[in-house]
Amino acid sequence: MPTLSTVTVGTELDERTHETSMVSLFLYNAAVWNPHRIHFDAEYTTQVEKHPNIVVDGPLQGDWLSQAVTEWLGEDGNLVEFEYSNRRAAYLGERLRAGGEVIEIDRQAGTVTLQLYIKNADDVVIAPGRALVRLPG
Amino acid sequence: MAKTTQTADPGGLITTQIRQWIGRSGEPQRLEVTRRDIMKYAIATQQRLEKYRRGDEAPPMFLFNAHQPLVDLDALRPDGLTVDPLLPELPLRRVMAGGIKNTYHRPVKPGDHLVLTRTIADIYEKQGASGPLIFVVYGVRVETENGELVMEEIRRRIFR
Repeated sequence: MPTLSTVTVGTELDERTHETSMVSLFLYNAAVWNPHRIHFDAEYTTQVEKHPNIVVDGPLQGDWLSQAVTEWLGEDGNLVEFEYSNRRAAYLGERLRAGGEVIEIDRQAGTVTLQLYIKNADDVVIAPGRALVRLPG
Repeated sequence: MAKTTQTADPGGLITTQIRQWIGRSGEPQRLEVTRRDIMKYAIATQQRLEKYRRGDEAPPMFLFNAHQPLVDLDALRPDGLTVDPLLPELPLRRVMAGGIKNTYHRPVKPGDHLVLTRTIADIYEKQGASGPLIFVVYGVRVETENGELVMEEIRRRIFR
C-alpha cells in the first residue's frame, strides 16, 4: 500500500485497459438496474438516438476510474472523495484505458489528491476524474 | 425566485416553471444491501480487490443508480428509462450521463439498511457542440436507517 512517505507528486497509477462486450454491458446494466436502450438495443441506438453504436455507460467509466484508485490503495484503502465528468461518448468494443497520477500531497491532513483519466484509442481523455484519498504515514 | 448558481440560459429553455423544481426532493428510497448484489456488481465491473469480489464491502460506485424508484415495465419510457418523478417536463428529451462527485463517510457493507434522499440542486442550460444542453444536478444523501451519514453524491444528467 502506498504511504505518505513513499508517494511523490507525479507518482503514476497502473494503467488498465477496459474493453466492453455485449455481455459485460448487459450484466453491468442489470446490476445497476438501468434499462436505457442505448446500452443493448443497436437498432434503437442508431436509428432513434443517432449514436454510431451501442453506448458504454458513463458511470461504468466512472467505476473504472474509481478502480484505478482502489487498486492502487489496496484492500485497506481509504477513499474520501471521488469525482468524474463524462466528456465524450464511448462505444461497444472500444479499447479504453484508465489511469492517473498524484498531483498533490497534504502531509498534515494525511491526504493525497489524484488526477484520473479514461483515454480512448486516439489518446483523447473522454472522462477526467479526481480523487482524494487518506494514506498512512 | 429559486436559487440558480451557474445559470447560462442562452436559448431560454429554462422556464420559470422548470426553475421552480430546484430544491425539491423525491420520495426517500430504502434498500437493504446484500452480499450477492455486491458480488454481481463486482463481477460486472471486473473488480480485482478481494473485499469487493467476496462482497465484504461495496465498490465506490455501487450505489450509482440506487436512488431510482423501482417501477413496473409498463411505466418505462420508450427509451427504456424510468419515468422520473423528480424531473420537470423539459424541452429536450434524450438523456446522457454527465458525471458525479461523491464524498464517502464510511464503507457500504452487506446488511446495511440505507435511506437515499434525492434533491434537485440546480438546472441550467449550456450550448453544446451540436446544440443546446440542459443539465439537471441532483444531490443524493445516503444514510443508514439510524441516521448515520454514509455517502453524499452530486450527479449531473444531461438532456440533449
